[in-house]
Amino acid sequence: MDVKAIFYKIIFVIFVVLITSFFLLPILWLVAAPFSAQATLRVTIPSVVTVKNFCAIFRNTFAVRALFLNSILIAGGTMFGVTLFATLAAYAISRLNIRGRDIFAYLLVLFSSVVTGTAAMVPVFLLLYYLKLIDSYLGVIFVLIGGLLPTGIFLMRDFVESLPKSYEESALVSGAHPWQVFRDVAIPILRPGMMVLAVWAFVQAWGDFLIPLIVIRSPSKMPAPVAIYSFYTEGGTPVLTLISAYSLLYAIPVVILYLLVNWRYGFRFFGGIKGGGK
Amino acid sequence: MKRRDYVSILPRSVAFAFLAPAVLFLATFLIFPVIWVLVISFTNTALTGPAGTSPSFVGVSNFSQLFNFARWMRLGEFGNALVNTVIFVLGSALLGQVPLGLAIAMLFHKRRGLSRELVFSLATMAWILPGVAVAFAWIAFLDKDFGNLNAILSVFGISKIDWYFDFPLYSIILFNVWRGTAFSMLLFSAALGNIPPSFWETADVIGASAWQRFRDIIFPLIRPNLFTALILVTLWTFNVFTPYLITGGGPLYRSETVSMYTYRIAFKFLEFGRGAAVAVIMMSINFILATIYLSLQRRRSLYGR
Amino acid sequence: MRWCWLVVMLVLGVGLSTVGETITLTVTARAVRGGVNSALVEWLEDRVFPAFVEWMRSQGKDVIVNFIQFGGSDEALKQQYALDLKVGRGADILGFDGFWIPEFDAAGLIKPLEEIVGSQVWDWDGWSYIPQGMREILGYRGKVYGLPIGTDVRVIFYRCDLFEKAGVIPAGSGLRWQPRSWEELLNTARYIKKVLPDVIPLQINAGTEMGEATTMQGWFMVLLGTGIHMYDFETGKWYGMHPGILEALNFYKTVYVDERLGDARLQLIPGARARTFELFRDGKIAMLVEGDWFWRSVLAPGSEWAIPNRNEVVDWAMMPAKEPGAGYRGQNFVTISGGTGFILNPNTAHPQEAWALLSFAFSWEMQMEFQKIQPRIRSRVDVPVIGDPVMSEMAKALLPYTTVRPMLPGYPKISYQAQLMTERVVSGQMSPEEAMAEYAEALKSIVGPESVIVLQEK
Repeated sequence: MDVKAIFYKIIFVIFVVLITSFFLLPILWLVAAPFSAQATLRVTIPSVVTVKNFCAIFRNTFAVRALFLNSILIAGGTMFGVTLFATLAAYAISRLNIRGRDIFAYLLVLFSSVVTGTAAMVPVFLLLYYLKLIDSYLGVIFVLIGGLLPTGIFLMRDFVESLPKSYEESALVSGAHPWQVFRDVAIPILRPGMMVLAVWAFVQAWGDFLIPLIVIRSPSKMPAPVAIYSFYTEGGTPVLTLISAYSLLYAIPVVILYLLVNWRYGFRFFGGIKGGGK
Repeated sequence: MKRRDYVSILPRSVAFAFLAPAVLFLATFLIFPVIWVLVISFTNTALTGPAGTSPSFVGVSNFSQLFNFARWMRLGEFGNALVNTVIFVLGSALLGQVPLGLAIAMLFHKRRGLSRELVFSLATMAWILPGVAVAFAWIAFLDKDFGNLNAILSVFGISKIDWYFDFPLYSIILFNVWRGTAFSMLLFSAALGNIPPSFWETADVIGASAWQRFRDIIFPLIRPNLFTALILVTLWTFNVFTPYLITGGGPLYRSETVSMYTYRIAFKFLEFGRGAAVAVIMMSINFILATIYLSLQRRRSLYGR
Repeated sequence: MRWCWLVVMLVLGVGLSTVGETITLTVTARAVRGGVNSALVEWLEDRVFPAFVEWMRSQGKDVIVNFIQFGGSDEALKQQYALDLKVGRGADILGFDGFWIPEFDAAGLIKPLEEIVGSQVWDWDGWSYIPQGMREILGYRGKVYGLPIGTDVRVIFYRCDLFEKAGVIPAGSGLRWQPRSWEELLNTARYIKKVLPDVIPLQINAGTEMGEATTMQGWFMVLLGTGIHMYDFETGKWYGMHPGILEALNFYKTVYVDERLGDARLQLIPGARARTFELFRDGKIAMLVEGDWFWRSVLAPGSEWAIPNRNEVVDWAMMPAKEPGAGYRGQNFVTISGGTGFILNPNTAHPQEAWALLSFAFSWEMQMEFQKIQPRIRSRVDVPVIGDPVMSEMAKALLPYTTVRPMLPGYPKISYQAQLMTERVVSGQMSPEEAMAEYAEALKSIVGPESVIVLQEK
């Protein structure tokens, strides 16, 4: 190795160390604090590892239900809806040639960033009120699907675009219905992309705090990101031992899902998402 | 001619059936609320107080209140939130996430193995972990007395910094770079993967320097992706709410962005009409930004290639 | 769409499983067992609910009563209530802050007891023990919306141990400290700052982060000392510009900006109130203006900010007017009272049973039970403050001086403007004059210029 190569190697190692610490350090607390008896904001390796914080959480039926029933229903329903509808729509859009579809796609993404933000909370709340969907899982799921679909279609589109049409054509020639072609030919090839989309949709719904805060009214239906605030005292201070433990439990499903998809399909974008540029 | 090929794969009737659920959801839960926001932004709709029972049309007074230039730059007013948002978007999205994501993607483009898995997984974790959970971790990370960041800085002889009080806006910018880099990273990584190997080989034969290679080969090829990343990341960052869980927009509204301002007006003061007016302005700004990007991109694709 | 039906079935299943023969009543309030308002939860869940269920059963009715704990801020609870009531939901009985009543009533979100229960509400014998002033805590325009838990007063709490250490009070003398004017109060703070540089001498609430705590424990306590209230009850107008407002703002400026007798940062950071409690507990704050809630709940045994030897190391003094006799209504000392209580949700499916529970909780027996858990000023005149001489002494000394907030729908917005005004001064953004001018402008846009008093000379 010449000097230059060694120099580059050192630079590379330094960069990797910096980047790794940048992404790792802020969440260390989440892993350390739940196991200390007296959690503070300081990250320390607890001298005595305790699981009593977790026991306290599992005794709190409201919080357990929020995490293991409500959050799963909401995130699962949203994931299913977004993945299915976005794939169908992306497939249709790519196989049709509608004038101005790129502009339309951008407009939808534009709106969606607004609807999932704070801006449209008011009409969303009123709309669900008139649809009698306030305080229901479906209300939350529907709003989330509506908000996530545009970006979902956007993410899916280039991937569908890259799918060679010859497969579908040969299937059509053999007399299959377009739906069968989609199900038996397109879907299997699209699956890795759908998996990434599904993880993305699940994660968005799993972490969303504003929509359930506004839509869900009864404590028994609240998902985890809202329920976590029950570990605040009414003096307004977080009970750090319980909050950190609950946060960790709340984060685990997302980590598992990511690892699973990453291991099975590779967690990456397909086609590189070029948007409007053809 | 090509068009006919598509139709043969998917008859229009089936295509519309495929589109139907998405269109239904988008119309009901996206387009309709957006129109509704427009309508109530001209009223004094509120949840409590006399306007709670009988809201009335107030013309453009919600808007003129926001743009009262005599006071709008005061802390806690709309102008202050707008300036904060611009700094937040510039700092965390345009100067932070996109370049950092590109740098990571470039660096690991031809590498496989542990370091890549580690960096990619950690960055992706930062992106997908629930906002409420990471917000608590960041509160701990940036704490003046107990936080990790100050602990590390003290090794380098830097005395304790009161991040939340003295640098609240920088704090949430740092947080958002941490939070959102993964998207750009994944996007560019996929884009680089699409560059045919022959291009790299040609560059090697010519003996191009790294910078030349980037400027003349990589950059033109990933330009469409770059635009996509810029548009999406800008729009998302504009509307992101998670930093609220860390600073609450404070202290003294110094880290209040427009989306937090909207939340405060609509859900703390319960003044829905005024909140909707802010939402309309936000949408307009987003629309203008997207249009600028799109037209830039159009021009490139028409004349650039 | 098969999944969709699956979800529908699940939701229906969960919904149906809760429907049964017995009546379920729910109560909610900002209280968490083990938290600072733990006493309320203990009283309701351990005393009131079992007794009520028993009593109903003896009348042949099966009821289940649940308490829904709410952690978080007052503002968050208010937001939840507003959304709940808007869509016709929420618990049957709601823990409510009195000053929200006008705002919620104007929007038609709540209703007077008489409208929900019917005229038989007046048949309850407890009314004769609840004086008019107490009924007004959860009342508006002559209508009564609920029953108040009690009322409170505000004082200066100080750490005797720090006072003795500094030599303000001779050690072991048992003497008490009581300033007669702002100057005496500030002199004590100055002296402590000199002798104990590590201790924050005086915290008096300011800024929007503290919310209503700033208006009640801060702004009113200073403003009343200059001789005016925020609102002139005779003319029905708000004070927008007044020498009194300026004097009050200058007091803040002296404390937080000019002499740094208090820590402005501590007023403005997220979680300011909790941090303040923490520092007072740890003996880092010498004087803190707070409500009696601070004594009976925050510092009380079992709370996260408990001081085990509270009665030895903490004492209280009345807040002086600027000069003797210069206070509101010519008083030497000033204080203000608020109050929380329970109202009935107008959407309740069981108004009679809900009222039965509410009135049962406010029966003499149940209120006495509450006094055993946490002695304080109750709304029933036949329920004395027992077991805590400090509480009864505070009540006796200060109730004659007290006043209340104006019960008007515009009050919460004006209160926020007052908090903002103090924030602008203590953070050094504006001079008192500028901040007052801004306040007056904001007032005019909230209630109209005709309802704002602009007075430059006294």
